[in-house]
Parts: sequence; structure tokens; C-alpha cells
Amino acid sequence: MAARTAENNTSAGRTAGFDVAPLLFIPAALVVVGLFLYPFAYGLVLSLTPAKGDMLANYQRFFTDQRLWQTISTTLWIALPATLINVGASIPIAFVMRNPAWYQRALTTLLVVPVTLGTVLVAEGLLTYLGPQGWFNRLLLDLHLVAAPVRLTHNYWGVLLSLVITGFPFAFLLILSYLTGIDPSLARAAATLGARPGAQFRHIYLPLLVPGLAITFCLAFVQAFSVFPSAVLLGAPAGPTRVISIAAYQAAFEDYDYSMASAIAMIMGGVQLIIVAAVLSARGLFYRGPAIGGKA
Amino acid sequence: MNEAPERAADAGAARDGFEELRLHRVTRRFHDTTALDGLTLTIRRGEFVALLGPSGCGKSTALNCVAGLLALSGGSIWLDERRIDALRPEERGFGMVFQNYALFPHMSVRRNIAFGLMMRGVARDETRRRVDAALDLVQLRAHAEKLPGQLSGGQQQRVALARAIVIDPPLILMDEPLSNLDAKLRLEMRHEIRRIHRAVHRATIYVTHDQDEALSLADRIVVLQDGRVQQIGTPEDLYARPANLAVARFMGYRNILDIGVERMNGNRASLLGGNVRLEGTAQGSIFGGRATIAVRPEEVVLGASAGNTLSGTVDQVEYCGRDYLVDVVTPVGTLYLRTDRRVSRDETVQLSILPERVLVFPPDSTRGEPSP
Repeated sequence: MAARTAENNTSAGRTAGFDVAPLLFIPAALVVVGLFLYPFAYGLVLSLTPAKGDMLANYQRFFTDQRLWQTISTTLWIALPATLINVGASIPIAFVMRNPAWYQRALTTLLVVPVTLGTVLVAEGLLTYLGPQGWFNRLLLDLHLVAAPVRLTHNYWGVLLSLVITGFPFAFLLILSYLTGIDPSLARAAATLGARPGAQFRHIYLPLLVPGLAITFCLAFVQAFSVFPSAVLLGAPAGPTRVISIAAYQAAFEDYDYSMASAIAMIMGGVQLIIVAAVLSARGLFYRGPAIGGKA
Repeated sequence: MNEAPERAADAGAARDGFEELRLHRVTRRFHDTTALDGLTLTIRRGEFVALLGPSGCGKSTALNCVAGLLALSGGSIWLDERRIDALRPEERGFGMVFQNYALFPHMSVRRNIAFGLMMRGVARDETRRRVDAALDLVQLRAHAEKLPGQLSGGQQQRVALARAIVIDPPLILMDEPLSNLDAKLRLEMRHEIRRIHRAVHRATIYVTHDQDEALSLADRIVVLQDGRVQQIGTPEDLYARPANLAVARFMGYRNILDIGVERMNGNRASLLGGNVRLEGTAQGSIFGGRATIAVRPEEVVLGASAGNTLSGTVDQVEYCGRDYLVDVVTPVGTLYLRTDRRVSRDETVQLSILPERVLVFPPDSTRGEPSP
């Protein structure tokens, strides 16, 4: 009797031949379609209907005009180092901070600040701080470390620095949460088996961290690849830091060629997709299970 | 790749075991609580020592102190004439089996077991040979290439054992290794641990809260409560002669009753409970008119025979398969006893207990607190 009641209960949602659970999926689907798929499709169609020429005219122009296709390598040249620095610096710092302590809480709180400030404010701040008359150069001059101010604004380094400052906290917080999810008894077991902290990191933490690193790398890279405000404010938008988003902006709002701008946006998305797909498929070569050491 | 820097400094650790591991007043405090208070203990070559006690008694703290995973707040640890309590765990070279096994989830069974050898820079051929031997010892040869996640709990337990043993450590530490297994598997693995200990004959410290495990596995048992040693002795010692009520409770003395003391004659005590006279054996000095007695259910015998006799009424009968567990209300208090004779509720029965099996302790004023 009890068993039958239980059975009725579990199948209650299906007895009418209709399960309501999939309905809960509809709001999310609407949001994705309305805010992502539709604009994407609209942009794609727009990019394929240029003012003059055939369907692929915009793409042909992009890949034949050096000022346009070079923006891909310019952007990669900024975004890849920035991502590598952010992810690479996060790993050792997160490793040292993996055990809960007051300094872990203090640092994580401190790092939320640049995330909340936003790129424009950080760029404005850096512009004065790193400028020829800024504190940084004053300090270097007063300490007689340099003879003339170091140029860190309106060039490649300014943009890279701003991407590190805004991107590092993001990468660090993600990696720290992946790292603290690794069962600490694994490292203790490795220690009793003779592994020094360096070996514990290489053989235990790093392999178990790979899936998290891949995700963090992808998110940090996509963020850095679409750099715009700091490339304009801190960089040299006419030359060395003419990133792909600047090219799209100029096509749209200086040439009023929305079709071309859409084509550039599509190419930008394509490049990101290639890098993300490459990183995620490389992740498949590593272990991807739970990071615990047995029955929890 | 240069592997030399990560090689553990196990050259210093005694590779062929040791004569004595000495813990001298080992103390560990966490903030203002003392988890382990002055543990002094000597473990000889090949000996199996169980640390027994309820959760929070300090037994795991003691084990982690020996392993080097916790720093001492006081005291010292010696391996023969070498002081080791300042060494890092990787420099001590002890094999440890963790409660949750702590197997490396991304490595095959073979690589898990080989890990300690790899850290020691053991040559490939020798590693293979020793890992195979360890796999055979725990009967897991067929599962060598699987990941830990593909194994059952009992198999994971065996991998953890093999991984600790393969480095041929002078000392093996086990932290409640059977507590995550079901009852049947626990018995099997207990047997297995005994067999493996006989095979490798390495000194072992085994932490458990299960007195059956401690009694069946250990050469010597250390009973801990509230961070302090209550008694150290062989399983037989502890079972027959618990030093205090805390140990008696842990050793299955279920009948613990307050009683009056009429007269002491050497260690023989004449007791009066209700209107019944009992003879008991004093454990330590008894002053004043009150005492607490401890009697195991197996020692209370149905029927009038030699020694103390008293009568009572059966209150409850529990069938346990092999025998019955019976509650009998007597003038002294409720007594639990085990018998294979079938009795029924409200039946009046005669009971007898040998005076040597009535252990008399100083009165248990603060129940649960050990009497000194």
C-alpha cells in the first residue's frame, strides 16, 4: 500500500501524459533567443547585405585591407599576454592563499574593488598615475632609477597594464575558488609520501586545476579580446593599439557602415570562438572528475 | 627534468624500522582548548598500537602530530635517538592511511601506489616490481589501471593501504581507516589489516573509536579521553582490569551503579545496595561510604551459584540471535545480562556474580569525567 502511494507520488507529474518541468525552461530560452540569438542572427544577416557588392564583400574587404585584418593580430598581441599574465600570476598567489586565513579574506575583499570600479575609471586613474607627471614616474625619478619619465600611457603598455589590473582580480577569484575545491587531504597524503610543497603543487594541485584553468583562461581571454575603453583612453588607438573593437566602432559610427561593422563583429566572435574551442578541447586531454580523494 | 630537489630526505629516516618511537609529553592546543595533553608513549619495533577513544578525545590529533601534519604545542617525539618532531611530514617518511583514503583522483591505482616511490626517485624497474608486490598484497592486481573513482569503498581502502606500505615506512599510521565501510566489509578489512600487518611487520599506530577493532587488532591499546591518557595496556588488561570508569564504559561494562560501602578488607569491598549485600574488588583506593561498581553483562549469571547472589524481576528481553540481552530490576538497581536461556517478562530470577567481577571504583560524582 505504502509502496503504491510512493509510486503514485513519483509519477504524479507524468500521469496526465504531460510533464510541467520543461515549461520552466521557457523563460530562459526566451531570454537567450531575444537577447543573444536574435541580435546575432540580425548582425549576421546585416553583415551579409553590404551597401554595394555581393554577400561576402565586407569579409573580402576585411581580409584584403591591411588596416583591417591587422587588427586581429594587434588585439591578440594585447589580449593573449594579458590573459596569460592574469591566469599565470593567479595560480601561485592562489596556491599560497589556499588555506583560509585573515589574509585570504583581506585580499579577496581588496580585489573586488577594481572589479567593481569598471574599466573606464581604472583607465582614467592610470592615465594620471602612470603619466609623465604621475606618482609612478615621480618616484622613479626621485629615486634616480630613471633619467627621464618612462612612457607607460598612450601606448601598448598602458593598455596591457589596465587589462591586468581589471582582469587579474577576476582570474584570481575564479582560480582561488577552484583551488579551494580541491580536497586538502590529497596534499597531506602527498606530503606523507615524500612530496615537498613544490611537488605537491605539480603532481596534485596543478593536474586537478586544469579544468578550472581552462575555463578561467577562456573567460579572461574573451574579456580581454573585446578591450575597447582602455585601448582608446590609455593606448594609441590610431596605431599600435588599434584593436578590432575600434575598427568595428569606426565602421559603425564614423563611416556609418553598419553592415561592415557587423561583419567585423562576426569576425571578432569567430576569432574568440576558435581560441576558446582550442583551449576547451585541450582540456579534454586531462582528468576532469571530482577533486576529492575517495568516499567523502 | 631534475627530480632531485623534490626527493624526500628519507635517507635519514631509519629504513629498516626502528627500535623505539617515543612520544614524550606530546601536547597540542588549539586556541585555548587542549586537544592532547601530555601523551607519553613508547612504541617498539613491529608493535601494533591502537589509540582508542570517543570522538574529540585527541586520538586523531595525536596521530597527526606523529605524522608531522600538526605542530606540537609541547613535548617531543623521538625515533630512537633522533628527535623528529620538528621535521616536515615529507621528511619523516611514515606511511599514512587517511579516513577518507585521500587517493589522488587523477592517477590510476598503479600511479597512486607508485607516488611515494616516484618522490624518492626509485628507479623505474624497481618501482614496477614493488608496486606489483603491493598490488598482490592487497589483491588488486586486476584493477591496477583503473582510476580510484571506478573502485568500491573497500577497494579504495586497499589502495590506500598499499600506497602507504609500498614505501616501506618505518611506521604506519592509520586514521579510522574502516569507519567509512559497511559492517560486513569492516570485518573483512579488519582481517585484511591484521594479515598485512603480519606480512610487513611494521610498527603501526591505529586510531579508532571502535573497541572491537582495537581489541582484535592491537598489541597494546591507549585509551584517551578529553586529551588525556586513561589507560595503556594489552587488550586483555583493559578488558579485565579497566583503570577507571571511563575505560570500563568503553570496554563494555554496561552495568554501572552507585552503591554503599560497608567495609574494606584489603581490596575486597563489602557493599550494600538496597538491602542486598555484595562483595566486590576495589580498583584503587575507596574512601568514604559510597562507590560505583562496574559489571559486564556477560558476568551476571542466571541462577544461584557461587559468589554474590541476588534476586530480581525481568523487565525486558531482547533477542540477539546467539543469546538474549535481559534487563533485570534488582534492589541494587537495573542489571543487564546476557544469557542463552529463554526468560519471560515479569519472571522472578536468581542472579549471581563472582566478587572478582564486581569492579569497585571511587564514586562517579561527575559522570563521564575520569576519576584519577
